[in-house]
Formats: sequence, structure tokens, C-alpha cells
Amino acid sequence: MIHISIKEEALSLAECQALIEDEAVGGIVHFVGTVRNQTKGNQVTKLEFEAYEKMALLEMEKIGKAALQQFDIERFVLQHRIGTLYLKEIAVIIVVGAKHRKAAFQACEFAIDSLKKTVPIWKKEFFIDGSHWVSAHP
Amino acid sequence: MNIQVLAFGIAKDILGQQLLPLEVSENTSVLLLKELLVRDYPEFAKLAGFSIAVNNEYRQDDYLLSEADEIAIIPPVSGG
Repeated sequence: MIHISIKEEALSLAECQALIEDEAVGGIVHFVGTVRNQTKGNQVTKLEFEAYEKMALLEMEKIGKAALQQFDIERFVLQHRIGTLYLKEIAVIIVVGAKHRKAAFQACEFAIDSLKKTVPIWKKEFFIDGSHWVSAHP
Repeated sequence: MNIQVLAFGIAKDILGQQLLPLEVSENTSVLLLKELLVRDYPEFAKLAGFSIAVNNEYRQDDYLLSEADEIAIIPPVSGG
């Protein structure tokens, strides 16, 4: 089972956890990405996430399918938030349910690593004295 | 042929708009489109790279564009 979504409102780990409930599952791994207060020594005040939504959903679905194919997992949830996020808010949640823990850990790490490489979502960091698009320049 | 190119993230800032109308010759490739963008907007050359998506899929340089395609500039992604 794959569940994918992109939301403008706050993400809920409880909601994701509910989607993963399954009697066949013996291990659940969560990854929750949150807004950190600094990057390379600069104080971050907020982030803005923008998505090419149609394509981002397709790429997220591909990650879910690949995770189910490559690892022995039962359930996969991936949610990403867009819009303006302040410190400590949740930008991304991945929840993987598997029979055994190892596959769940591996699939979760695979999913966040893949998302950062392929999903067309962009993060703009705002500092006290400016802003920039993350990873845009070498 | 006339195409429209969608832009996101820093690409939107470079173009100054989200949708760029362009007149290109028939059978323009992804590579040629990238070269035209760099020629007209040199800021693209300073990026860590950028890709072109056509109809919601990343495409290689030799992919040929059609007028009805949904074409998008994908600058380096930074989700998560």
C-alpha cells in the first residue's frame, strides 16, 4: 500500500501512523523532517517550499513503488508540505511498515535520499538579512 | 512552433515569470532548448545544473519537443 500527498496545511504524524496500521506489520519506521534554525552558521527564520505538484506526486509515487519492490515492506506513506514553514514545523513525513525492522529502516532511508534527488520540490531559506534557493548554485 | 515553458524555484526568478512563451523550430531537442535558455538568460549557466521535464517526466538531451507538450525547467531540487 502506497499513500502519497502534498499538502499546504500542517502534516500530522498521527495521521500517517494511522495509515500504516496493518496486522502483517511488525516494525514501523518514521522519518520526520523539520525546519532547523540555522544552515552553515546563518540564522534561518522561515522556509518556503514550492512544488511542481503534478510531477512531484508522480515522482513520489515512483519512490514508493521502488521501495515496495526493493525492500520487504508492506506499507509506505510519504507526505510533503508546501508553502511557508516556520522553525520546528514538519516539512516531510515518511512512514514505512514492514514485517521486520531492517527492511523498514532501509526503505525509509532510501525514500528520503531519493526524494532529495528527484522530486521537483524547491526550498527557499529566509535569513534575517536575505534569502536563497537551497542547492541552486554549486 | 510555439511552446510554453514552465519555471519553478530559481528558474522562475531568472525568467521573471512562471510561464515563458518561446518560438522554436520544429523538432527542437531538450539540449537545444537548454542552450537557448542559457544564451538568453546567462544566469542558468551559473546553476549547479538544470533539467527539462516534458509531460511530467525528466527527459534526456536528445528528446524532441512538440507544440502540445507541457515543458518545464527543473532547477536543482531541494525538497525534504
